[in-house]
Amino acid sequence: MSRVLARALVLLVGVGVMAACSTGSNTSSNQPYAGTTIRVVTFTGPQIAEPLQRRAPDFEKLTGAKVQIITVPFSDLYPKLLNDFATKTNSYDATVFDPQWMGDYVPSGYLEDLTDRVQKDSALQWNDIAPFFRDFSATFKGKVYTIPLDGDFQMVYYRKDLLQKDGIQPPATWDDYISIAKHFQGKDLNGDGKADYGSCLAMKRAAQSYWAWISIAAAYLQSQGTKQGTFFNTDTMQPLTNNPGAAAALDVYKQLSKIGPPDQLNNDVGDSRGLFVTGRCALSLDWGDIGPLAVDKTQSTVQDKVGAIILPGSKRVLDRSTNQLADCNSTLCPYATNGVNHSPFAAFGGWSGAINAAAKPTVKDAAFAFLSYMSQPAQSSLDVTIGKTGFNPYRTSHFNNQGPWLASGMSASAAADYLGAIQASLQSPNMVLDLRIPQSAFYEQTALDQALAQYLAGELTLNQTMAQITSQWNQKTDEVGRQAQLAAYKSSLSITK
Amino acid sequence: MSTRASPRMLSTAASWWRPVAARLDRVAGGVFILPAVAVILAFSIFPLLTSLYVSLSRLGFSEGGVELKFVGFDNYAKLLFGIDRPHFLGVNGPLTPTGIAVLVAIYGLFAFLLYRYARGPNRTVGGLAGRLVATGIAGALVWLIVNTILTSGRPGTLVVTIVYVAVDVAIQYLLGLGLALLVVQHLPGRRFFRVVFLLPMMITPVGVAYLFRMLTDTSKGPLYPMWVHLGLTDVSWVTNPWGARLAVMVGDVWQWTPFIFIVLLAAIETLPQELVEAAVVDGANRWQVFWRITFPQILPATITVVLIRIIEGFKIVDLPNVLTNGGPGTATESLTLHAYTIWRALDIGGSAAVAYMLLIVVTFVGISYVSLFRRRETATA
Repeated sequence: MSRVLARALVLLVGVGVMAACSTGSNTSSNQPYAGTTIRVVTFTGPQIAEPLQRRAPDFEKLTGAKVQIITVPFSDLYPKLLNDFATKTNSYDATVFDPQWMGDYVPSGYLEDLTDRVQKDSALQWNDIAPFFRDFSATFKGKVYTIPLDGDFQMVYYRKDLLQKDGIQPPATWDDYISIAKHFQGKDLNGDGKADYGSCLAMKRAAQSYWAWISIAAAYLQSQGTKQGTFFNTDTMQPLTNNPGAAAALDVYKQLSKIGPPDQLNNDVGDSRGLFVTGRCALSLDWGDIGPLAVDKTQSTVQDKVGAIILPGSKRVLDRSTNQLADCNSTLCPYATNGVNHSPFAAFGGWSGAINAAAKPTVKDAAFAFLSYMSQPAQSSLDVTIGKTGFNPYRTSHFNNQGPWLASGMSASAAADYLGAIQASLQSPNMVLDLRIPQSAFYEQTALDQALAQYLAGELTLNQTMAQITSQWNQKTDEVGRQAQLAAYKSSLSITK
Repeated sequence: MSTRASPRMLSTAASWWRPVAARLDRVAGGVFILPAVAVILAFSIFPLLTSLYVSLSRLGFSEGGVELKFVGFDNYAKLLFGIDRPHFLGVNGPLTPTGIAVLVAIYGLFAFLLYRYARGPNRTVGGLAGRLVATGIAGALVWLIVNTILTSGRPGTLVVTIVYVAVDVAIQYLLGLGLALLVVQHLPGRRFFRVVFLLPMMITPVGVAYLFRMLTDTSKGPLYPMWVHLGLTDVSWVTNPWGARLAVMVGDVWQWTPFIFIVLLAAIETLPQELVEAAVVDGANRWQVFWRITFPQILPATITVVLIRIIEGFKIVDLPNVLTNGGPGTATESLTLHAYTIWRALDIGGSAAVAYMLLIVVTFVGISYVSLFRRRETATA
């Protein structure tokens, strides 16, 4: 009996050892990053953080790497990252951030050069990423530092059913936008018996509102192609914020602040999106997020009632030689459509992933694998169709393959409309690039944002607003160095001469 | 062998030990407080001096990192005379008759108080000099407040913060005192209300800010039916500068009245009843009992709790940050939020300069308040 027991015990131990060896070999071959932890910081969201958090466990199953997603409010992300890098705390291995900040982080040596890695990673399908996001959002001075996870263009959404019913065409100019908004302001747009709003915009201070003003201003300030630039004179680095074009944009912005919900000045993008998809607004200006949110049955009451178009433009633009507004003609507005200058704005540039240059080599490898995994078509083609992800299409395959869009509940016509508006922006030769120079966060997030908030609140007049923005921008430019800033600005516009 | 020490040996040891003990006694005090001093130096004085240096610097990017460049008083000049002056000090408007009347009244009061001190029996040169300096600073602050609030101008973050502190602490004190006097009465359910009145203080300020954000939203939220009934659904509190400031102040009063209430309640409950009973026997009415007996006896607690609230009030940041992000415009921005806003844009030197200006104002107000009420308390005693 005891011999049988001993043999059984030996057999059991042998099987156990073999099983352990077998598991061990699996771990080493199939899970190359077992035991590695990647700390990724991004903004609180729920957008952007949601897909990262949702896919982190899947990535861990595939590679063994544990991914910790750390979130901070949007306005704190830039200083927190910089503090972490500058003090060499290095508590973050990777970040999903605003690629505009490369202007600060790359020259300081804080971000890992990913050029070789993206070339070697066939699963990433680098060339499937649309050229703008590859060459602008991901690249700084010829080297790749980020992996795009999101494609950002601002555009206008409208209630197709309401406009068709009243025989109104979607807005081609900002004047059209205002007149349509006035037409619907105070009417019941969703059948609940309450007065609704002609337009819903995010105008809250210290949020993401100032991009909307740039979207409006671009139509008046840039008409001769992307390299003309919207923010500064490319010879003198003087801001283009104190001229009749900027004044026209401020006037439109002020008018829109009064055609909307009563607390519009305190609304963030989450508020304006919520109002639009619950049927309370006829128009809105936003990134690509409203498209997928409008087909989300859990929150939308306007499924298949939403149209999207390229940003409205203007028939009068700033003639920089006279510093006056002038009617569009073939010289002044070579890319105009029906006499209207459209300047689609690649606001923000799309959330992108980057790696801390000071992270350990194995962690860098794992972090790159995670960012690549998030961007690969298998994952991203689904994520861009989900409204709550905050990710918008940025790959050629996202535009060409309607399958995931139809599966998400979007009708074929709505998908064509939505993707068409983004493609029209993406392919425009007069596309406006967002500001990417050192301390761009100060120029936009602080100086511009504060002056716009003060203007809407009546603390500043139109002329005072333009003067304040211009003087603060000039002061920062002189602090950092005018020539250095000019070089950085021209470089961001790909001006080589 | 005997182990007992002889008297001679003891005498020798004592003569050796006595100077050592005396020396140890002399240094013991220093040794005992050394850890506390080291902690204060490390965690209070050192950061204070470092932030002073930072306030005289500008952060810039360089190859391979960031650097602090010494710029002297540039950051302070920017706040007081330069591009940030409207944000920090506000914009002056032309004086109105009301403004002139208020200025004349307050400056007249200051002059009267100075004259009375100068003619009084307790005057000293140092005391007079101190009062002149304090009057000068207070006069400048009054001028700033009148010129930005009682005119067509607009207040900067300094005046907005002073308004928050003055209005909030005054209302909190009156409400807290009223509630404390109410709860010491023998009313039914007073124990229940004692706990209920304390609840707002237990909630995190960010939670309070979100709560008031919902309550002030006239287009949705728990008070929506009330706004509909009042016909105010098209009115937004938080897009009007004074409406937004009022919303912030209501939230702050709601949260911090319990703190004053609980301190004053403790002070009132410990008062000897004999004095009150004797006064009642002598025919004193309720107001006389309160004004002549209760109030003087709770004055020390009053002075302390109001001082704590003043200092805390100057640091208000959570409510305006969450409720309005400092808006509309910069209408609800406090000094701390001002410093935080600049810090987010990496103007760390400018942020430190705002923080130092706050420190100077709080120190001035705190010292003036304490010296003013210490004399009152002494006089009452």
